[in-house]
Amino acid sequence: MKSMMMALLLFCAVHAFSAEGLKIGDDAVDFSLKNIDGSMISLANYSNDKGIVVIFTCNHCPFSKAYEDRIIDLHNTYSKKGYPVLAINPNDPISVPEDSFDNMKERAKEKGFTFKYVIDETQSIAKHYGATRTPHVYLLKKQSGNTFKIAYIGAIDDNHSDASSVKERYLSNAIESLIAEKAPMPETTKAIGCSIKWKK
Amino acid sequence: MNIALMLIFFTTVQGFAQVRTVKIEALTSLLNNDVDSIYVMNFWATWCKPCIEELPFFEEAHVTFADKNVKVILVSLDSPSELDRVLLPFIKKKNITSEILLLDESNPNSWIDKIEKQWTGSLPATIIQDNRTKKRLFFEQQLEKEQLFTTIQSLLE
Repeated sequence: MKSMMMALLLFCAVHAFSAEGLKIGDDAVDFSLKNIDGSMISLANYSNDKGIVVIFTCNHCPFSKAYEDRIIDLHNTYSKKGYPVLAINPNDPISVPEDSFDNMKERAKEKGFTFKYVIDETQSIAKHYGATRTPHVYLLKKQSGNTFKIAYIGAIDDNHSDASSVKERYLSNAIESLIAEKAPMPETTKAIGCSIKWKK
Repeated sequence: MNIALMLIFFTTVQGFAQVRTVKIEALTSLLNNDVDSIYVMNFWATWCKPCIEELPFFEEAHVTFADKNVKVILVSLDSPSELDRVLLPFIKKKNITSEILLLDESNPNSWIDKIEKQWTGSLPATIIQDNRTKKRLFFEQQLEKEQLFTTIQSLLE
């Protein structure tokens, strides 16, 4: 019995996080998530855009904080070109009170977020997309009929701690590729981040 | 149990661990070398709450399995520029005795796959590898004590 339990434990550990999630070319799963202004946001809100820069991020994580100014800049640069940022906080506020909806509003006000900052209360969107950390980027490209496909997954750039030392602007490059009607290269990248705090 | 307590006491009076700053090759060579050890390599950072919560279990494993050829290595992903200000005071305060390596690499996209292809980059993450058989278990999650100990035990049997 004990060895069975252990085998099960090991199986779960190995498989839980090699989890499916969305891949490049998959259709983006639609959502209905509450923005800090109280409105509900779904893919339909982006019918006039060419794509969406979805970033799973949060208040408390030092990596997310390090990227706040760069996310603001990305939105300011690319919303005009049809690629606005949508920031999604997937964390369980019971585990991390700093990531509560009220604190999201507070942080957005302090930093002057101009992009939408929504809460994934049930965490189902983070799970569907396969997000594991903050920040974790999914760049969506609009198809005909107002559906979106996943065009890039991964990091914002190659240096979280020092924006001035960045050499590879992975996300900007991916958006520029889409604007130029090309496939991003690379299509996926990795970064270190805070694990998403799942409900227990 | 008494021996374990004595060991804790002994390592405590011995003082806390030193930190060695390394490049990625130092980690991959540990995992690829032929020494007959079981490596427990935990990736963590002082700012990572779940990492700090599981840290005592790794310390305990370090003491409990010390005579079983199990090597616990704590790989810190704190910023190398914060070694003196943040990491060293933390290690002193927590009295950490396991080996600590500070990874000095700036672009995770260039090194995460060299460590483990399954790893998406979230912290904490842990590799438990038997170098005799090269059997490797990878956990991209916070570990409970029982899970850590039964996994190590299963490789020892």
